[in-house]
Amino acid sequence: MAKKLDKVDVVVVGTGWAGGIVSAELAKAGKKVVALERGEKKVLSDYTGVKDELRFTNRYEMMQNLKHETVTSRNTPDDVALPVRTRDEMMAGTDLGGGSVHWAGSTYRYLPYDFEIYSKTVERYGKDKIPDGMTIQDWGITYDEMEKYYDRFEKTAGLSGEPDPLGPKRSSEKFPTPPLKETPPIRLFKEAATNLGYHPYQVTAGNLSEKYENPDGEVINQCQYCAFCTHYGCDFGAKSDALVTVIPTAEKTGNFELRTESYVRRVLHNGKKATGVMYVDTRTGQEYEQPADVVVLSAFTFTNNRLLMLSDIGQPYDPKTRKGVIGKNFNGQFNITFLGARGFFKDKKFNLYMGAGALGGTMRDFAGDNFDHSKLDFINGGAIELRQYGDGAIASNHVPKGTPRWGKEFKKNSLFYANRTLQLWYTPAIMSWWHNYLDLDPTYKDDFNDPLLRVTNKYTDQDRNIAKFGVEKCKEIMEEMGADIVDEDDIPEEFDHIYQGGHYAGGVIMGDNPETSAVNNYLQMWDMDNLFVVGASAFPHFGGHHPTATVGALAYRASEGIQKYLENGGQIVKRNEKHKHVG
Amino acid sequence: MVNKDEESLSRRHFLKNTGLVAGGVVGGSLLGGLITNQFQTKESTPTKEKRDHTQQTLQEARMFFSREEDFNTLKAATERIFPEDDHGPGAIKLSVPYFIDKQLAGSWGTNAKAYMKDPFLQNKQTHEYQRKDSEQNKSGPNTSTQAPTPTPRYQSRQNRGEIFLQGLRKMDQVSKEKFDKSFIDLEEKQQNEILQAFENNEIEMKGVSSQTFFNLLRQTTLEGVYADPLYGGNKNMMGWKMKEYPGPRMAYINEIDSEDFIVMEPQSLREYQG
Repeated sequence: MAKKLDKVDVVVVGTGWAGGIVSAELAKAGKKVVALERGEKKVLSDYTGVKDELRFTNRYEMMQNLKHETVTSRNTPDDVALPVRTRDEMMAGTDLGGGSVHWAGSTYRYLPYDFEIYSKTVERYGKDKIPDGMTIQDWGITYDEMEKYYDRFEKTAGLSGEPDPLGPKRSSEKFPTPPLKETPPIRLFKEAATNLGYHPYQVTAGNLSEKYENPDGEVINQCQYCAFCTHYGCDFGAKSDALVTVIPTAEKTGNFELRTESYVRRVLHNGKKATGVMYVDTRTGQEYEQPADVVVLSAFTFTNNRLLMLSDIGQPYDPKTRKGVIGKNFNGQFNITFLGARGFFKDKKFNLYMGAGALGGTMRDFAGDNFDHSKLDFINGGAIELRQYGDGAIASNHVPKGTPRWGKEFKKNSLFYANRTLQLWYTPAIMSWWHNYLDLDPTYKDDFNDPLLRVTNKYTDQDRNIAKFGVEKCKEIMEEMGADIVDEDDIPEEFDHIYQGGHYAGGVIMGDNPETSAVNNYLQMWDMDNLFVVGASAFPHFGGHHPTATVGALAYRASEGIQKYLENGGQIVKRNEKHKHVG
Repeated sequence: MVNKDEESLSRRHFLKNTGLVAGGVVGGSLLGGLITNQFQTKESTPTKEKRDHTQQTLQEARMFFSREEDFNTLKAATERIFPEDDHGPGAIKLSVPYFIDKQLAGSWGTNAKAYMKDPFLQNKQTHEYQRKDSEQNKSGPNTSTQAPTPTPRYQSRQNRGEIFLQGLRKMDQVSKEKFDKSFIDLEEKQQNEILQAFENNEIEMKGVSSQTFFNLLRQTTLEGVYADPLYGGNKNMMGWKMKEYPGPRMAYINEIDSEDFIVMEPQSLREYQG
């Protein structure tokens, strides 16, 4: 029997950037907030003095334990989905702070084009430019409306950067902190890109160039470029994440209670309104019912989707009829994205064992609709990046193509090129399609005997063509950088069921009407006024950049929406009855 | 090329840069420990080094592999994957086989954090799935920090330890069938040929593809060469020395924009933690 607890104003599921921001904003506004985190309560000293590549990068110390739960995966509705069994194949953050703690820190705002992708594509190229079956739609919000939330997130996180010369309007011209240092590889990239007429600039970073106090009074330290960044928590409290910003901000209010090892299994509801959540304390097995006026799902994309499906909320997406919304438009950047060209330099050595997660150069000449697509066989675009993460010794085994993968020649080349190789990659947008979606698996179950989430995802010509375009551009720049050998990345024919990098999105998408979207532009469910679903699950497609700034901005937007709802009740946005943007 | 030591980073400068003087969020005592360590002079006595060395040797015993012959096959196979040459030691001298033995005895070897629920389908699709090779370093936004090893496509009901045992015994069996000798008694070239057959998925194994086994073997061998010595491989940090990799360090803030390549004597996590 579930123990029924006292009602609170807001219950928040998940404590990453999304859940952390919502918790902090509502607790600051005087609401009683309970946050439930499936993972452990981590503190900064969990990440101090443990710079261990095998443990964190190869054994995925900070990622979800798949013993209890994973996803199943297939390419088409006709296949049998197989479970993704190991953490080599599935990366999803867990524990207090969620994915924010292990993130790299690279941050971009999405472009105005992305928020109005359907209208702007049709306006510039005509309806025929959008291929049959591509289900892109406007997000129900514009960049100009999003701008203040982006600004807010940048200030909370203290981001280090400089404006993109081709970027959209910013209300704060300067970033909270100056860009990270320009290292020789970054300089080489910027010079080559400039020679070719492009507009490079420094990647906006959540690894801070100097000590910073954010508007909530939280202090983030200065990055030491120690290289143990992506896949790690920061040794110095110098990487902006939920642990050093919004979680302590929420705690200071006295209105916030955190419960870890609390695994939410259902959103409770009466068909019209959510009444709370049911969760299990994973240490004791005790079930609890936590009633609340507002329920916020701000867990990982997979979890947000699965909880709605397990709780019978909203109309599930059906690929046969293409009706329904929950699970629709699964998208994300992994595998076929981040392809480009690798250069090998015979006479140059770089200090590649030094670095920081978001240390790098970038350019947006081929992002969004910044370039003419009328003669191209794809839409949208992405950034071209050179990143200096700081290579671990296990990771730095890159060898030129044609080198065997093991044995004498492999050893020779892997040692020789360990500090003589640079990679450029393209970060293309991922469009949504009728055949890429999420639902519940009919066979595989979790520890509680609940069905696993099933991913159905395949590539299209759009994906392969945009990747090919990116590889060519990267190759051009890498050649200009003077590499002796330039290897192009291979473009995979089909999705191989490896979920790397954590950039999975969609399924609970936002829009301007309930026919084509699950949530409105405050991430309030159309079908349930007091349920907000926050995170990249709201992305109707994936813009051509890393998602965190947009997740953060939307979380600020949702926080505002929740307060509006608590004041006035009902739907806070009027649905648009006029046009439906379905491809 | 410049030879530099970690001494170049002054305590004052470090404190100033991190902003820790003003009472940053990192715990004082821990940081104290790290800083003390950072500025320790290198005066570890010969006695201490000798003791450490002895301790390490004592830890080189089999805890996972019961049969010595399986372990010998493993030794020979890892040495082919990462052989000794003019650049430095191979897998055996780096204690890679003992690293793998320890890994397989632990939670990774028993798939403690993997989804191991039924059904484990054994059909054409599963086999195709395992065969589809994917370089980890070609997938996802963190690719540069990934080991450039193929990801084992895992659809087996056996855990990694069991796959290793089956695979090593199969290698020996194939050697005997093909060359009438144990794997360890084969010429280098013949050993390579056998390994290649596993990599090419030409060998029939039960419940797992031979390529999946080979990918595991290759990945684990490279990990044993380059992981922190605390795991029993990368003996005396010789893997790192070959690669001019310095090990875990506190900070590169003063060196990060250097045009010159900087070589540092490697330092292990043991030293970093003080």
